[in-house]
Amino acid sequence: MPATAPEQNGPSLLLRGLRKAYSDVVAVDGLDLEVANGECFGLLGPNGAGKTTTIEICEGLTDPDSGSVELLGLNWRTGARELRQRIGIQLQETQFPDKLTVEETLRLFRSFFHHGITVDESIRTAQLEEKRSSRVGGLSGGQKQRLAMACALVGDPELLFLDEPTTGLDPQARRHLWDLVDELKQAGRTIILTTHYMEEAERLCDRVAIMDHGRIIALGTPQQLIASVGAEHIVEFAVTSHEAGAHAATHGVVDADLLKAIPGIQSHRVDAGLHQLSVSELHTAVPRIFAALSAQGLHLSEFRTHSASLEDVFVGLTGRNLRDE
Amino acid sequence: MNKLELSSLYQLTAVRFRLILREPEAIFWIFIFPILLAVGLGIAFRNRPADVLQVGATTTQLTQALAADKGLAASTMDEAAGTRALATGGILLFVVQTPAGLTYRFDDTNPDARTARMIVDRDLQIAGGQRNAVPVENQLIHETGARYIDFVVPGLLGMNLMGSAMWGLGFSIVEARQKKLLKRLVASPMPRWQYLMSFLLSRLIMLVIEVVAFLGFARLVFGVPFRGSLLELAFLCVLTSLAFSALGLLVASRARTMEAASGLMNLVMLPMWILSGVFFSASRFPAIVQPLVRALPLTAAIDAMRGNMLQGMNLGQLALQVGILMAWLVVPFAVSLRIFRWR
Repeated sequence: MPATAPEQNGPSLLLRGLRKAYSDVVAVDGLDLEVANGECFGLLGPNGAGKTTTIEICEGLTDPDSGSVELLGLNWRTGARELRQRIGIQLQETQFPDKLTVEETLRLFRSFFHHGITVDESIRTAQLEEKRSSRVGGLSGGQKQRLAMACALVGDPELLFLDEPTTGLDPQARRHLWDLVDELKQAGRTIILTTHYMEEAERLCDRVAIMDHGRIIALGTPQQLIASVGAEHIVEFAVTSHEAGAHAATHGVVDADLLKAIPGIQSHRVDAGLHQLSVSELHTAVPRIFAALSAQGLHLSEFRTHSASLEDVFVGLTGRNLRDE
Repeated sequence: MNKLELSSLYQLTAVRFRLILREPEAIFWIFIFPILLAVGLGIAFRNRPADVLQVGATTTQLTQALAADKGLAASTMDEAAGTRALATGGILLFVVQTPAGLTYRFDDTNPDARTARMIVDRDLQIAGGQRNAVPVENQLIHETGARYIDFVVPGLLGMNLMGSAMWGLGFSIVEARQKKLLKRLVASPMPRWQYLMSFLLSRLIMLVIEVVAFLGFARLVFGVPFRGSLLELAFLCVLTSLAFSALGLLVASRARTMEAASGLMNLVMLPMWILSGVFFSASRFPAIVQPLVRALPLTAAIDAMRGNMLQGMNLGQLALQVGILMAWLVVPFAVSLRIFRWR
């Protein structure tokens, strides 16, 4: 059964001027967002950036202080009943009753929807066939998360919300869940997910909004965002002075201007003794970096490169790492 | 899937039922505990046959005269042995033949010894030729319904209904809230009233099993009487259970953690365990607190059940209790629907 509604041509999600403050903190601070039909959209940001508040406002679980929310052309004030039937939701940290089996849990959730896939289909999609009659209490973290996903899918939703679907999972379970989301994307469902794993957003999302302090600070496809760093590669190194036998542990002083003068080097920053350069022409820039450091009498104690990622976009925009809490 | 399996109310109720049955502790508290309690109390407060009193006498003649009385066990002993037996509690009274007549040796602060003194004296006076001035006849009564077990069974029933309704509803709801399951359910198209209704439906089904098992046991083993209408008793049980379900819902309507819920639950139930006359009549409390005691739902429930079972009263005669229970059903239910925290 195709998940998309053919009659629906407008955006699946439209947020305008969304604002929500709790007693001590502004969680969402004037958010505008549009998610197209069939898109897989990611809200990426560190913990406390306002991702969950935003997604729960979209899900109709939290009332915004101001601003408007439109889903599938409906809003929560007048269309709640219909919306609940047409969207699928996976919340952070839902614990299903331990003493129910996988199948019983899904049967319960299926009974809430007028239309949807069969319980068997949902079990198959979530690859829980072997665990069908197992109690929820005996499932692994990844299996529980796939059950949560299956519960979100039983109503065959047009719009699917996944709040941190892989948080707390081991890498293998995480990859397993990514494959599942991939399949759902292929089926043409609109998916909105939050995550604080940049590789997850890069891997799954057509478009990503990077959030920080309740605002969207960057929006685009992962490729666009990474391109905005200005270079495809990141070089990281640390140095010690040549002659500093006695103070081998002290960091040498790097002349940043000398480095920035090298063609292909876009930016330079230092974080806890680790220098970070964004570099576009790695093959020509690296020998010059070596030469420049050596000319300053500095000795490399660490040196590595990686392709620029969304993490680097976040670092470039905020000066902080995504996982710095 | 058939139509029933697609009904969310059916699924919600079935889930409730499964969760109860898969909790062995719950089964113990709901079904086994009240029966064990009834057995324990039945044994402790059983009506014993009248005690046989041990007495001693110095001559066989006296012993024979006393042994004829079924209430006495008499033995012959010399003075030294009799004094020793008195001191060690082997006998309650020692009759000594003296040249002037008889001497009774006994402890007059011991009620049993005083009774023995009266029986022994009467027997020996009759043996000596005394006749009753007025003819008398004894008629012995051991009526069911007046025993302690008859009194305590309706009390235990009320207490059990209170416990299972409040824990069953309150704990499950707070657990679902704490585990964010409630929030997840609200995020689905589940009609909210069905969630609460599923608790009441599963409660009513459990109620039938619970009440029939307990009262059936009390009837078969202790012969507890049912003098009123069974249908009306069933109505009282349902009403009691619903009233306490409403109270459980109220307790659970805001609490976020199990600890907070248990604290509140005990706060609500503890006064009723003490004041509502489960184990002894609530009328023993001073007159000044009586209006308060009577207004408690458990007091009303137990009074109504005792009225029905022991005195054969009909609902009309129990209108006050039924009214109190109704109020306890309607008010907490209305309040908790208003203040219920769904997430």
